[in-house]
Amino acid sequence: MARAATTSDAFNAVAEPRRRAILDVLAGGERPVNELVQLVGVAQPQVSKHLRVLREVGAVEVREAGRQRLYRLNGEALKPIHDWVSNYERLWSDRFDELEVVLEDLKAKELGDDAD
Amino acid sequence: MTLTSDSKAKVSLPTDEQILITRDFDAPRRLVYKAFTTPELVERWWHAKRGEVTLVEIDLRVGGSWRYVMVTHDGTEVGFHGTYREVVPDERLVSTEVYEGLPEGVSEDDAMTVNTTTFAENDGRTTLTILVQAKSKVSRDAIIESGMEDGLQDALELLEQAALSLR
Repeated sequence: MARAATTSDAFNAVAEPRRRAILDVLAGGERPVNELVQLVGVAQPQVSKHLRVLREVGAVEVREAGRQRLYRLNGEALKPIHDWVSNYERLWSDRFDELEVVLEDLKAKELGDDAD
Repeated sequence: MTLTSDSKAKVSLPTDEQILITRDFDAPRRLVYKAFTTPELVERWWHAKRGEVTLVEIDLRVGGSWRYVMVTHDGTEVGFHGTYREVVPDERLVSTEVYEGLPEGVSEDDAMTVNTTTFAENDGRTTLTILVQAKSKVSRDAIIESGMEDGLQDALELLEQAALSLR
């Protein structure tokens, strides 16, 4: 039985470059597999495999349209992925902002020393 | 202060047990390394505007230990310590890290991460990368997930713990 996808699973699913490329294409609208194969430049079995992973974590949804299956992006599912690391990122951004101030001081001090 | 074109830290998860943090700085790497390894300088940036650094001990040699402690705005003391495994001046540091306020039942050994900090210089600018290697996906996710608590004052402690666990 498949276990429920966690946010981190979703994050890892989206972190793979070819899967990101698929998501980028789908961000422009629904596509059938054959168009994804062309636009992403990866063979159909691989595209299908990536789509399966993306569907498992809810990032992509599919619907039947006649004989075609159309894939689309599920933006709602991607938001928690973004939120998941955003606080983390913010802490490091704040920390690095302070580090930048320290570096400016060190650079200024070196220039001052050179002038002596 | 110089504003870089993209001044945000970037966080990604290369594998189930890793966290990768990257950021570019408009400074040569020997200065970034100096800011990372000089206690008086670490004191000035490690707090991330969330409190005051009260202790920075750095014994910068293989086998030497380090310990950072800060007090957050709500008075909570948080500490981290570890040991240096590799020290390549201006280039690379590998060190272990343990959070000192682990919940009961979580062993230091399981929660310990190995952090590889790389200083790469290009054209006078430095790309800093910190690769955090946890022992398990559960441990890695716990570090990030405590960071979900956002904004609320009473959640600040959790946020601090999560965020600070990377040093």
